[in-house]
Amino acid sequence: MTELFSNWIDWIPQLYKGLKVSLQLVGLAMLFGLPLGLALALLSSVRSRVPRYAAVAAVEIGRGAPALVVLQMVYYGLPSAGLNVGAFAAGATALALTTGAYTSEILRAGLNAVPRREVEAGMALGMTQADIMRFVVIPQGVLFAVPALMGFAILIFQATALAFTIAVPELLARAYRVGAATYLYLDVLILAGLFYLAITIPFGWLVSWTERRLGSHLG
Amino acid sequence: MMELLINLLKGVPYTLGVTIGAFVIGMIGGVPLVLMRRSNSRLLRWPARIYIDVIRGIPPVVWLFIIFFGLGNALIKLNSFQAATLGLGLVSAAYLSEIYRGGFLALPKAQGEAASALGMTHTDILRYVMAPQVLQVSIAPMATFFVSLLKDSTVASTIGVRDIMMFGSQAAQASGGGYAPFVLAAALYIILSIPVALFSRLMDDRLRRSIGR
Repeated sequence: MTELFSNWIDWIPQLYKGLKVSLQLVGLAMLFGLPLGLALALLSSVRSRVPRYAAVAAVEIGRGAPALVVLQMVYYGLPSAGLNVGAFAAGATALALTTGAYTSEILRAGLNAVPRREVEAGMALGMTQADIMRFVVIPQGVLFAVPALMGFAILIFQATALAFTIAVPELLARAYRVGAATYLYLDVLILAGLFYLAITIPFGWLVSWTERRLGSHLG
Repeated sequence: MMELLINLLKGVPYTLGVTIGAFVIGMIGGVPLVLMRRSNSRLLRWPARIYIDVIRGIPPVVWLFIIFFGLGNALIKLNSFQAATLGLGLVSAAYLSEIYRGGFLALPKAQGEAASALGMTHTDILRYVMAPQVLQVSIAPMATFFVSLLKDSTVASTIGVRDIMMFGSQAAQASGGGYAPFVLAAALYIILSIPVALFSRLMDDRLRRSIGR
């Protein structure tokens, strides 16, 4: 047992480096994925058919394709399209695409939750369609979606472990490397599991706290 | 292209095997979990809660690694297919027990009270009053979960299960890159999930109608 803990103390710095890479992937996925999701959500509710169908199809395909397939598609596919990016950039791109597809549904539900009478009130005040979207619907709709978006962030954090398969040095990859070097797979993988829990469980509490706060705030 | 497709189709039995196997393990394992989770005794409630939170807080692929590389080195020897099915099954049990719990929460409280006023025992209430209704409410979310499990089953390829994903990456590596194998693989996964998604929608509509009545 003491041996286990002394090993853990030796491994913590390496796994911590991996955790930072995982969190960077989450940050980039959200940074690029959320605007994409919002764009898809807005496009899938416009009147004209072509952009609407295109957005709906993109979302369905993005959510229907397994995240691991998307990840490897980007990693192996981009070079053949003449874009030679590293594994980290490929991983971030793939996770951002997945984020875009999933968050568009969450954001669409948020936008739909904005009461219709607010739009009517905006029209009565003589606001243009674009202004109503920008100042009335989008700020409130995004706010409604915040808890679900945070819940999704936990899922995408877990999905960063898939980047192991394209050799991004994230948390799982570092743990596996230690395991391969020491043959103490179980010990190091349990430590890696604790690293994941150290993020997902407190963040899960934050999500339910936000949910309650927003719930009482929005009445 | 045709050759590629035939190659990927070879992975279908493994993909479905892992998915269905894990789903069955989860469906059965979720029952004691939800009963413990809803129990009045803290001694039963807390272990279930901890199991559910710990399982759901760690990525599925890490569980597969723990079972395949971690335990496989020390305690039990499982082949990659067994390890993947068991690992995803343990994960599914946690998620499905939460779906069942949602079903219990949807039941009107008065029903249980009425049944106990009729002199039914606790077990009988659970079995004849609650369970059938919980199952009915849970079917649509269970089908949705099945679809996400089908997609998560791709992680089985990371420990060497020869599923669709595995044949896809092998084809990509053999041809020095390209996205075609993955486009086809994605299409296959989507096609496999369509019947279940339709079933889920059908069940959901039916439930809405029966509640609306």
